[in-house]
Amino acid sequence: MLQVENLSCRNLAPVSFTVDAGESVAVTGASGAGKSLLLRSLADLDPNDGEIFLDGRARSAMPAPAWRRRVVYVPAESGWWADHVGPHFDDRDAAAGFLHRLQLPAECMEWPVARLSTGERQRLALVRAMVLAPTVMLLDEPTSGLDHETTLRVEGVLHERLTGAAAIIFVSHDKAQADRFGRRRLHIEDGVIEEVPTEPRRS
Amino acid sequence: MNYITLDYWDLASAAALLLINAGLSIVFQLGLARRLVIAAARMVVQLTMVGLVLKALFAVQSPWLTILVALAMVLFAGREAIARQERTFTGYWSYGIGTASMCVAALIVTLYAVTTQFEARSWFDPRYAIPLLGMILGNTMNGVSLCLDRLLSSAHAERIAIEARLALGADARTALSSVSRQAMRAGMLPTVNAMAATGLVSLPGMMTGQILAGVEPVEAVKYQILIMFLIGGGTALGVFAAIQFASKRLTDARHRLRLDRLTVKN
Repeated sequence: MLQVENLSCRNLAPVSFTVDAGESVAVTGASGAGKSLLLRSLADLDPNDGEIFLDGRARSAMPAPAWRRRVVYVPAESGWWADHVGPHFDDRDAAAGFLHRLQLPAECMEWPVARLSTGERQRLALVRAMVLAPTVMLLDEPTSGLDHETTLRVEGVLHERLTGAAAIIFVSHDKAQADRFGRRRLHIEDGVIEEVPTEPRRS
Repeated sequence: MNYITLDYWDLASAAALLLINAGLSIVFQLGLARRLVIAAARMVVQLTMVGLVLKALFAVQSPWLTILVALAMVLFAGREAIARQERTFTGYWSYGIGTASMCVAALIVTLYAVTTQFEARSWFDPRYAIPLLGMILGNTMNGVSLCLDRLLSSAHAERIAIEARLALGADARTALSSVSRQAMRAGMLPTVNAMAATGLVSLPGMMTGQILAGVEPVEAVKYQILIMFLIGGGTALGVFAAIQFASKRLTDARHRLRLDRLTVKN
């Protein structure tokens, strides 16, 4: 589904790989190895070379905003451009279901962004991305600020996206999560990306 | 018109007031003494030269010379506008964007004024064109400078929020809308404030100048009102142009935020 050909960016060596629908790929590596850079390049947020195809359509043939709505990047630190939560959501009805499942009350739309906890920000940013129903989600440490129980809830919701034929590429520093949630694994060392074989699992 | 001409002793005695500044700077160690001397010297030299240039220019009445002087003024304004910015575009972009936006705004407004409100003998009559351009340019320069400074520092400070919008599929214009709105406000606010306070808090220099030169106060006021409108229009045009040019450079065809095109000065 997602076909990456010779993608390179600043200090990322050219890399090619494909991700199928329903697959989740864990990206691991030391801090500063280039994990976020890889996700940002996939979303075309940093100048990069190479080509990516999504269901056979070339990224270069699509306007960047259209590409990013289908291949959506959720950074580790979420950004907010209005004072309250609500204006960050175009479709509040679509968000409602996700909010509930991630243990956020519906009235959180009225909350001021400045008063959100790290965990609330993170979950809301995730909901904001899922509302777009993207084909590929690029998640940079999606659960780093969450407790174990909430982490599993998030993974549950994400898992549904996968069965709905989306693909997820996520960065995680948690080896257990990478093993648990990632069906495949890409390891980055000094800007060089390699696929690490994972043991076959019953899922 | 009758007015009292100043001799050089008058100027020298006024310059003595600068000793207060110098004294304060030394006593409180403000470190401004050197800058103060340089700034005062620059002022004297620059104004003297302008006086001589204008005198020559008025005598000649040539369109080409008027254009040349106008161009030189715009180029200097462009340099001044970016001189004190915290963040600027790399290379010549910074200078280019500042100068281009002022050039567009100041020339349009000046030509408009000279050809419509002032029944000057010709559009290039330097006695009207140059002082008008100077006043419009000075204010437009302030607006453009404040606006660009705000745009670039906000874009830097709010990178995460801007990129969040881009990552969710917003186009560059939408993603930058909140910082460009702030920047346009910052650029236009001084002009709005100046208009609101004129006459109550401040007596504008041009009007007082005319009154000192013996013009009827009501006539001088009419001139001042006209100038304020021209300045308002010029600043708005300049700020608008600056936002257009700068947000083009701040993003690229793939709707990315390109902070790598900025550099920190000082």
